[in-house]
Amino acid sequence: MTPALSSTAPATRDEALFEYALRLGDDSLILGQRLGEWCGHAPALEVDLSLTNFALDLVGQAILFLDIAGTAEGKGRDADRLAFHRDVLAFRNCLLVEQPNGDFARTMARQFLFSNMQVALFDALTHSTEPRLAEIAAKAVKEVRYHAELSAGWVIRLGDGTDESHSRMVDGFDWCWRFVEEMFDMDETELTLMRDGIAVDRATLRAGFDARVEEVLRQATLPVPAYPRAVRGGRRGHHSEHLGHLLAPMQYLPRTYPDAVW
Amino acid sequence: MSRDWPLWEVFIRSKGGLSHKHVGSVHAPDSELALRHARDVYTRRQEGISLWVVRSSDIVASDPAQDGPMFEPAESKVYRHPTFYEIPDVVTHI
Repeated sequence: MTPALSSTAPATRDEALFEYALRLGDDSLILGQRLGEWCGHAPALEVDLSLTNFALDLVGQAILFLDIAGTAEGKGRDADRLAFHRDVLAFRNCLLVEQPNGDFARTMARQFLFSNMQVALFDALTHSTEPRLAEIAAKAVKEVRYHAELSAGWVIRLGDGTDESHSRMVDGFDWCWRFVEEMFDMDETELTLMRDGIAVDRATLRAGFDARVEEVLRQATLPVPAYPRAVRGGRRGHHSEHLGHLLAPMQYLPRTYPDAVW
Repeated sequence: MSRDWPLWEVFIRSKGGLSHKHVGSVHAPDSELALRHARDVYTRRQEGISLWVVRSSDIVASDPAQDGPMFEPAESKVYRHPTFYEIPDVVTHI
């Protein structure tokens, strides 16, 4: 039922599109679920709403991408089926989004890095020859631009804040740096789709991403890192131990009561 | 944390041509975040197309204890309402 762990190229374009849409959808879904954990726990009511607004934007994107995945797969699975009835090894999100929230500084470091990748990716994806992807990207790029701006605002304020907030911001980024490279990896699946003009060449996004990250870190008086050895594997289902713990509460209800409806 | 942040009053223009209307307040450390907080708290359901925030402490308010001298003199001046004019039949939409 679920694709096996494999780095081999998909046989057909639909298989490749299934895989690509899963990656896009799972990135948004998993980060959306993570941010939802802040609900009721954020440092202030206003921040609570900022974070849950982000979560709702991301879950909305996930529904659209996963529906495309389900259609491409052609086995009758819709977004709900894919979100709630897949096991951890079948998830295709990058490792960064499944990382635990940590403190507010680490959550903002993760958000800043991920949202800036998403802005660049969705900007380019609006030119996709697959019209459904282009339409979703056009809608979502406005959402993620706001996420990128707000998280940059917090990175700057915390980095250039007190000794305490500065050191927490440094720690937050230190946790995240090793997961950055994976967001820009290309493999046979995406290269195949890229040649058809469907997928974005992630490698071309990197220079703009690096420039923006560096600009904000300097403003925040934070050290610009030498990237550590990259950790990767999410796109092939090799996840950290954290993802299973995220999926358990997320999937519990629809798996226990498969017929449950609102 | 929010106790350390100043309070900001939030005004929303619901659509073009209407004026900004006070809707509530947010806590925020500075004006830029106040605007973002206002967006996140008060425009989740398409409430508006434009936002203003202003430091609550910058608002100059009338003194409730002075309500009498401030507002009561207007009570006896009904002639200030334009209700004593006869409107010609040809004038509509009034």
